[in-house]
Amino acid sequence: MSGYLVTVLTVISIQAIAACGLNVIVGFAGQISLGHAAFMALGAYGTAMLCTKAGLGFWTALPLVLLLSGSIGLLLGLPSLRVREDFLAITTIGINFIVEAVFLYTPFFGGALGISGIPRIFFLGQPLKGMGFLLLCAGFLALVVALCWWFTRSFAGLACFSLREEESAASSLGISPVRFKLLAFVPGTMMAGLAGALYAHYMRMINATDFNFPYSVMMLSIVVLGGMGTLWGPLLGAVVLGSLPEIFRPLVDYRMLLYTALLLVMIRFQPGGLLGEPSLGKKLLRKMVPGRGAEEAA
Amino acid sequence: MDLFLEQVLNGLAIGALYALITLGLALVYGILRILHVAHAAVYSVGAYLGLWVFSWSGSLLVAAFLAMAGCALFGVAIERLVYFPLLKYPPYVPLIASIAVLLGTEEVCRLIAGPYILAFPAQLPFPSLKLGPLVFSPPLLAVYLMAGVVLLGLWYIVGRTELGLAMRAVSQSRAMADALGMNSHLIITFTFVLGSAIAALAGILVGIYYNQVYPTMGAVPAYKSLAIIVVGGLGSVSGSVAASLLLGLAETLLIGFADIPLPRDALAFMAMIGVLMWRSEGLFGSK
Repeated sequence: MSGYLVTVLTVISIQAIAACGLNVIVGFAGQISLGHAAFMALGAYGTAMLCTKAGLGFWTALPLVLLLSGSIGLLLGLPSLRVREDFLAITTIGINFIVEAVFLYTPFFGGALGISGIPRIFFLGQPLKGMGFLLLCAGFLALVVALCWWFTRSFAGLACFSLREEESAASSLGISPVRFKLLAFVPGTMMAGLAGALYAHYMRMINATDFNFPYSVMMLSIVVLGGMGTLWGPLLGAVVLGSLPEIFRPLVDYRMLLYTALLLVMIRFQPGGLLGEPSLGKKLLRKMVPGRGAEEAA
Repeated sequence: MDLFLEQVLNGLAIGALYALITLGLALVYGILRILHVAHAAVYSVGAYLGLWVFSWSGSLLVAAFLAMAGCALFGVAIERLVYFPLLKYPPYVPLIASIAVLLGTEEVCRLIAGPYILAFPAQLPFPSLKLGPLVFSPPLLAVYLMAGVVLLGLWYIVGRTELGLAMRAVSQSRAMADALGMNSHLIITFTFVLGSAIAALAGILVGIYYNQVYPTMGAVPAYKSLAIIVVGGLGSVSGSVAASLLLGLAETLLIGFADIPLPRDALAFMAMIGVLMWRSEGLFGSK
């Protein structure tokens, strides 16, 4: 595989990990979040600080980073209990701006220069780069997708779905909105933290503006495009949105416009996304795989 | 002391500009319950249109009128083509669409006019005013005058005319207004016309006040005005005006006199999150 393809695939898999996390919050639990990049920033800065200043290795830093992003995610999930969905959206926008500002303006976190000289990840005594790093990311991605799959089958997942569909009916059946809404924030933000940590070790130099609000919008576009609340949607979205700019490389100037136009057309005509329920993709899939479609329809 | 008064005047002017931008947002939220982030796109299009018309006509008045007309069209287009078909979905669906419109418009502005900061070389047709120790420069005066005129006009339209009565009726209950034979969609369209025209004025004023027009000039106002309508009590026009003035003053004075390490833009969001957590109906809203 050429180095170019490896780079593109690595970036796509890191974004897919973060998008899976966002999908747990937005798709599974129905809690809109427009500040997902802030949690990636927590993961990235966490591992960067631990590895450059405290001298830890990636594998010892990672659990700490996951713990940190998960617990801050839990803390920031609290607003979701207090405010309705569109206000949760603007609260998370605010959180994104504040987190970015704190990292950007605190000299301790490198200020406007960010943090550089982040070491490579060592695996079995070998520094990972190129293909090795891609395999690591793909491995984490597989783990994350498996976790998501397990979540959709677990009681907690079912509880989240029922709360998303009809909160009062679900809570009248004894499903605590507080518990399960908060619960969804923890794996969601931990996956973002993981993606951020991988990003930091891949780029080896991070800056607060890497995790700005437009990045959160892009994360949400990935989830919306692929299909909110579906298992494979975030993956498909990450592949599509990650490879489009490469295919349209000559149109690099129009890239952001393309993103936003795609997002707008998608949400206007197919709010369910490519793999969502009443969508074109799903219908096509049913036509192509008649047996499976009949089984699902039944 | 003079410096302090000057800062107060500047802060109030910035607050007045925030108010002009936020008014449209508050009106739209009041009537459709949609967080109209793309309002900031209308505002930056207003600034560009104003600058463009001004550069070939040379008249600020013509520029203002044409920009207002163009923005009214743009606002109505957003309402008809994007929001109206999405009303049946949960509120975050139109919100995401709105953000897409904002980011897309920024890109279109950048592609057409270039990524540069353009100057707005308008000469205002009045001299600066001196009141004792205070000096009002022409742009400052223009901001105060326009804000005053717009607020009075809006107060008159919403509070004293039949059209305003219809707007209030639709914002209280669209179904009921429809049942009573009102054309609620027309009223909604009118709300967008009104809000967008005010946004165009705000865009031109900001362009003149800072002498800057650039593609992403809508980004910070977009999210900050969200914070403002939350603090002001959602959909409450007077509340958002009060919150805008307060924020303009607080930002200017805190940045000028207290040495806080955070940028001024983070301040609005902290205030917003505080208000949401502590008193989610807003500082000036009622339960």
